[in-house]
Amino acid sequence: MKWTRKDLLSLYDLSADEIMAILDTAQEFKKVSERRVKKVPALRGKTVVNFFVEPSTRTRASFELAEQRLSADIVNMSASTSSLSKGETLLDTVKNIEALQVDLIVMRHSAAGSHNFLAKRLKCGVINAGDGAHEHPTQALLDIFTIIQRKGRIEGLKVAIVGDILHSRVARSNIWGLLKLGAKVTIGGPATLVPREFAKIGVRVCDNLKDTIEDADVVNLLRIQHERQRESYFPSINEYANIFGLNRETIKYLKPDALVMHPGPINRGVEVEASIADGPQSVILEQVTNGLAVRMAVLYLVAGCLEK
Amino acid sequence: MQMQKNTKTLIFDEKKIAGDIVKVAEAILSDFSKKNLYDIAFLGMQLKGVPFARRIISSIKSSSGINIPLGTLDISMYRDDIGIRKTLPVIHETDIPFDLNNKAIILVDDVLHTGRTIRAALDAITDYGRPSMIKLAVLVDRGLREFPIQADYIGEMCHVSENEHVSVSWKELEGVDAVYMMPEKNKGMKI
Repeated sequence: MKWTRKDLLSLYDLSADEIMAILDTAQEFKKVSERRVKKVPALRGKTVVNFFVEPSTRTRASFELAEQRLSADIVNMSASTSSLSKGETLLDTVKNIEALQVDLIVMRHSAAGSHNFLAKRLKCGVINAGDGAHEHPTQALLDIFTIIQRKGRIEGLKVAIVGDILHSRVARSNIWGLLKLGAKVTIGGPATLVPREFAKIGVRVCDNLKDTIEDADVVNLLRIQHERQRESYFPSINEYANIFGLNRETIKYLKPDALVMHPGPINRGVEVEASIADGPQSVILEQVTNGLAVRMAVLYLVAGCLEK
Repeated sequence: MQMQKNTKTLIFDEKKIAGDIVKVAEAILSDFSKKNLYDIAFLGMQLKGVPFARRIISSIKSSSGINIPLGTLDISMYRDDIGIRKTLPVIHETDIPFDLNNKAIILVDDVLHTGRTIRAALDAITDYGRPSMIKLAVLVDRGLREFPIQADYIGEMCHVSENEHVSVSWKELEGVDAVYMMPEKNKGMKI
């Protein structure tokens, strides 16, 4: 499978073969970080701009480290340091960045589809590090990579995604990726946060935790986004933790060999109890390690397809 | 206008290749005393260098009884033409199951051409450790170097024009041991 895209915008766009091409490449990049010299010259001479219009710590640090391990030159920009705060349009800001002869822009933006808009208008590559509630492709790729490393496959596995599906780009990217690779996906959470429409694309939709997770091979717990809880989707955080949180009681529904995943940052005691987050079923820190390898693979593949 | 046929010509057959494997194995055996053979390790370049390395190792084993370790090396991440090539090569496994510090590394590839792949391999190896020395073994040296790199052990020399491509087939991969010559498909994009 030859990779031919200069952008990574969403998993919705990718074929199963393209997803596997990224994950196979990530396999080899994972080994780079385990070596004595944790750096390869693959992106030497390339310039990457990390443009995070929405706040991010882990995704940004992961991308930055991935770029450094590929020997790229890096510029970091955030909304407050960019001219967006002076009233410049997004396209103008990014066109100005491109005029500095950069090769790749890794962007996070609150507007869904902003990456698609820019990718069509720019020569440089665009990597989506999260766009609103739309997609977060590298997070889903690292989740899928982690599942394959632990379970050996995706096809036929039952994957449950629990929590605020409505606002979650992580959920959307995971759902597209998992369905393309042949997993059976169930979503569950408070009815106000779990859109029924997902049933139309073949996702099982549940409104209680037991039904959502009881035969799952993998449970991916989404973060409750406090910043979006101004409108009341559920009565209280406590009530959410009791009904949809994974705790000493509710873990009894789960198969003993099921994986527990979380994209972070964790609200301990809300989505998952501390002892489970740190317990034997949890692969939460492996997800972080794998994220680096997956992002190296994406940067490498995309950089190989830039206009000559 | 004359149509150019995309034909391939056999230049070395199975028998010739079998002789080359023995020749290279013997040259390595005579360069390293029996005691020093224990300090050698082979690194086969992905993809076509790996079967050649495996064959040399088994030839050395049958004449000396010594089992030499084999690793595989993929140099995709060390290429100097990422973003210049039309498509990226698929990354194959790099697996070095031994400590290469203070080892004599025999780097093995199928065809030596520009020397650029070997340049990349040398960079890759030094990122894994500090071997006591690195030697190069190739099945075919086809000339037309772009870098000052030469092989220490050579199966066959052949002078092939820039417009021709030399391609090695192995039983393990293509079902037959053979070396072919054919018109270069991607002119100007040598590897």
